[in-house]
Parts: sequence; C-alpha cells; structure tokens
Amino acid sequence: MSKDIVVGAAAPGCKKVDPILVASNVTRQFGGLTAVNVEHVEIPRGKITALIGPNGAGKTTFFNLLTGFDKPNTGEWTFEGKNLAGVSSYKVARRGMIRTFQLTKSLNAMTVIENMRLGAQKQRGENFFAGLFRFLWSGEEKKITETADDLLKRFKLDAKREDYAGSLSGGQRKLLEMARALMSKPSLIMLDEPMAGVNPALTQSLLEHIKGLKAGGTTVLFVEHDMHMVRHISDWVIVMAEGKVVAEGEPSVVMKDQAVIDAYLGAHHDTDLGTMKKGK
Amino acid sequence: MDWIQTFNLAAGALFDPLTAAYILCAIGLSVHFGYTGLLNFGQAAFAGVGAYGMAVGVLTFKLPLLLAMGFSLICIVVFALILGIPTLRLRADYLAIVTIAAAEVFRYLMSTIGFASVTGGSNGLSQFGYEFYTWNPIAKGQYVFGPFNWSEEELWLRIVAFGLVGLSTVLVWLMMRSPWGRILKGIREDEDAVRSLGKNVFFYKLQSLIIGGLFAGIGGMVYVISMSNVQPSSWVTTFTFMIWTVLLLGGAASVLGPVAGGMVFFVMLVLTNEILSGLVAIGWLPFLDQPQVGQLRFILIGLALMLLVIFRPQGMFGNKKELRFNV
Ligand SMILES: Nc1ncnc2c1ncn2[C@@H]1O[C@H](COP(=O)(O)OP(=O)(O)OP(=O)(O)O)[C@@H](O)[C@H]1O
Ligand SMILES: [Mg+2]
Repeated sequence: MSKDIVVGAAAPGCKKVDPILVASNVTRQFGGLTAVNVEHVEIPRGKITALIGPNGAGKTTFFNLLTGFDKPNTGEWTFEGKNLAGVSSYKVARRGMIRTFQLTKSLNAMTVIENMRLGAQKQRGENFFAGLFRFLWSGEEKKITETADDLLKRFKLDAKREDYAGSLSGGQRKLLEMARALMSKPSLIMLDEPMAGVNPALTQSLLEHIKGLKAGGTTVLFVEHDMHMVRHISDWVIVMAEGKVVAEGEPSVVMKDQAVIDAYLGAHHDTDLGTMKKGK
Repeated sequence: MDWIQTFNLAAGALFDPLTAAYILCAIGLSVHFGYTGLLNFGQAAFAGVGAYGMAVGVLTFKLPLLLAMGFSLICIVVFALILGIPTLRLRADYLAIVTIAAAEVFRYLMSTIGFASVTGGSNGLSQFGYEFYTWNPIAKGQYVFGPFNWSEEELWLRIVAFGLVGLSTVLVWLMMRSPWGRILKGIREDEDAVRSLGKNVFFYKLQSLIIGGLFAGIGGMVYVISMSNVQPSSWVTTFTFMIWTVLLLGGAASVLGPVAGGMVFFVMLVLTNEILSGLVAIGWLPFLDQPQVGQLRFILIGLALMLLVIFRPQGMFGNKKELRFNV
C-alpha cells in the first residue's frame, strides 16, 4: 500500500510519488527556542496524512508557517508545484489550501448559517458596489446557502442553523469551523485537532466524512492526539518532536516504532498510546 | 419654569441640523466600530477634514460649492488612507492610538498661524456656504408645523440634513445585508478566521475606514453649513466622545441606532439643562448656580453612558447577542 505513496523506503523527509505540498528547511525560533526545524517534508496528494507528536512539538507552529499566519526564520515550500513561502494567509486560502485552528475561531456574534456563507470564496457581493444591489448576488447567495445547508446536515448542525455561533458548545464550534472550511472546496484541508472535544458518536460519523473528502479528491492533513482516529483513517503518519520530523510511515508501522512511542510519551511510559486524547 | 418653552426647545433639538450632523458622524462610526470593530477615536478629524475640505475648496480654490464638496470627499479618502495603511495591519489598539493622535495633530495644524492664509488659523473660515441657500427651492416665508416654526432657509437646511441622514441609513442597511457587510462583521469577530477563509482583511478594513470616514465628513459639512463658519476648536476630542455616546446610546451595530441615539441624546441634553436651570431658579437646588448646570448635565450624561454600557451594551436598538464589548 505504501508503494503508491512513497518513493523508496519510508524515512523522515522521504520523497513522495505525488506530493501536493513540499517544504524544505523551515525553521522558526521564538527567542532561544526552536519551535520548528523541518529539513524536508512532503505531503502526498489525495491521501489522509496525520501529523502527530507530543505537546509543544511544533505542529501548530508548522501549520501557521505553511498557511502564512506566521513568518519563518528560514524555509521555502511549494503547493501544487508553485512557491507558497511568503504568500499572505488569505492568498494561501484562495489557492485552495484551507486550515482550521486548534483554538476554534467561530464567529460568535454571527449565526451558524452566516458563518458558513462566509466560507464561500469569490462571491460577487463581496465587492462593495455589487453588494449594494441584491439582484447581482442573490442567485449566487442561494447556491451558497444550499451548499451550506448540505454541509450543516452532514455535520449534524442543521438544527442550529439560525443560532448564534457563540451559543454552540465547544465541540459544535469545532464542527462548524470544519464545515465552514469545506465551503470553498479546498484541494488541501489542514485540520488542527479536529476531534478535540467532539463526542465519540459524532467522531465516528466525522471520520466517515473525512474519508469521504478523500474520495472526492481532497487531500487532508490533520494534527491529532487521538491515536484511534489516526490509526483508523490516515494513510500516512508524520511524527514531529521538538520541531523536527522524527519518523514517517504507515500508521500501523509508525505506531509500533519504539522510538516514536518514546518521543511521543516522554516520561509517561505507562500510558497506552491508543487511548491518549487531549481535551482542548 | 416654562413647560411650553422647554417642550419647544426639546422639539427643536430633535430636528436641529447639528443633531443631523452628529447622527451622520455616528453612522460613520457604526460602520467603523459597530460592524467592523475598528476603534476609531478620531471621528472629529474625519468630520473636520470634511468641513475644512469644503470651505477651503470654495475660498482658496474658488470651486463651486458642489465641487468643493466633492473635493472634500477626496480629502477624506486620502486622510483615511494615511491613517489606515500603516495601522490596519497591526493590532486594533494601534488604530485607536493613531486616530486620537491624528485628530489632535489635525486640529493644531488647522489653528496654526503658518497656514492661516488657507485655514484662517484659530479664527477659522466663514462665508463659504451662501451658495447652499441659492439652491433653495422653497418659497420665502415662515413655515409652522406643530411646535416648529422655521424660515424657508431653516426648513431647507433641515430637509437636506435629514435627507442625508435618511439616505445614509438606507445605504448602511444595503451595505450590511450584503456579503460585503458579512465580511466586515466577520472581521469584527475574528480577523484571522476571516483571513483563513481567503478574504483580504486589510483591504476590507481600509474600505470600512474610508466609508465610515465619508459619512463623518458629510456630517462635518452639514455642521459647518449650519454654523456658517468652520473653526478648529469644533473638532476637539469632546466632539468624538459625543459621537461615541450617540452611537452607544442607539446601538453600535444597528441601522437605526445612530438616528435614535442622536435624537434622544440631544433632546436629553436640552431637557436636563432646562429642568436643572428651572430647579435652580426656584431655589430647589441651593448648592448649584446657573453656570454649574451646564457642567452637571455633562456629568449626568457621562453617568448615563456608563450605566448604558454596563446594563445595555447593545444600545436601544441593538441585538445583545450581536454586540458585546470584546475589543
Ligand atoms: N507565539 C509564540 N511565542 C513563543 N513561543 C511559542 C509561540 N507559539 C508557540 N511557541 C512555542 O513553540 C513550541 C511549539 O508550539 P506548538 O503550538 O507549535 O506545539 P504543538 O505541537 O501544536 O503542541 P500541542 O499538541 O500542544 O498543540 C512550544 O514550545 C511553544 O511554547
Ligand atoms: Mg497545537
């Protein structure tokens, strides 16, 4: 199975058959601390890749750098073969690389459906002058709303359609953020701990949904501490520790790797990797 | 105390052109703060640029009044760009600091002797607005409606001023129901989220600053046409805070908020003054004298503003869920 993902043997920074995202020499320092120091990494197209690692490994910082929300000290990366380093965050999103945030960013004083509509890109009514004339954008708005309602149903948020996002529970906000990110039909979606705080019953249906994204041609890169989820849906796992990529491979292989278990668990060897979760 | 006179004064404040001027400035501030979350503490400067732009256009550049108004709108756009380009990429507080400073710098520049040949220095400018009354289609005479008794010029000024208020209100309503307005509201909540969805946040904030500034500039023009002069001392920080009071009273993120807020504010100002003066005159408030009444009512208004922000932060018209003070 790994044959269609990787060229040669699986190793940190290994070449992929068809990478969608390629990053090299990405470093980010905070004062004396090197939060990210990635020599080389490639994300396979059309697959579900998990980025795992202990708290403070630099996963979120790496996401921020790739999506233009933070500036690296060094590094370059390409998305679909075109340079993406130094591109501002909104342009990254327009190129089809959409991310969600570990600390959920729902727009609390807007309704759920308005949150969703905001996710659609290149709307005609987003131009000031066109916006003043409803007939110029009402047709488009209707289509956007249909897409939004469809997604809300799939994420079990349709009953909350008219509620303010601020009145949703933490887990529901995570779902909303993810659904909103999908409004623009991204080619790569980057999810930072999508399952944190989502109840087990819904986790199952979300996993199916993420698999469905893959079936629809979307590449998924996600950060997750829930090893069940990682094992269940990912095609490929990248392990980060102290800013570096320390291991890569198929989930079943990587999770048996003693070096990974050590890096991941640090001093807590008695913890079972399969039940680790983070409640953020 | 003369109740009839008090009532007439209060009714007069309701449709005073200055009330309209403040309302227009508050509409601009609602675009800035209420919908986009921009902390602009220099709305007086936007109004001042509008007022001076028009007066200088007429007096120095010898433009017809209508063109001078257009010139003034261009000045406001330039002013908004100067303030916005360096600050709107930074955190929200930077805009607050820069606008408050810029408003003071603007006022000093207008009153300094160096530019007095253009700005009139601390005396300001006058005799730029006569053309406004030549546009008056209303026949000469006194017009009486209920408690109101206006000359044709007074009536004309009120029609134009409140006509502009009406137009601006409709415009804001159209703006905020559109996908464009949705982006502004998103920015108010969390700019990074909006950025992550592919919107050029900086550009939208700049548009908001310009558009809100234009409303304030029009308010400034109404103000000085009504006063028939423009003076640097009009554009003090107090002016800005009166606009904030009007806005918060009515509701920062509501279309009708600034209108209701402005009317209630100025009626209250008249009523408190009349009632307190009346009480002082009949000796019920022996610890106060007449000049202190003027100060006391501003203290009362400050107190009312505090209570308002604490107990009804959404204002009279706003939706509580839509506006909390989370800046
Ligand atoms: N803005 C910042 N300023 C200073 N240090 C930071 C900043 N952001 C992150 N760091 C540090 O960089 C390191 C990596 O943090 P990061 O958030 O990327 O970790 P993570 O892998 O996402 O962890 P978690 O699994 O807990 O979310 C941490 O040591 C953190 O303290
Ligand atoms: Mg993280």
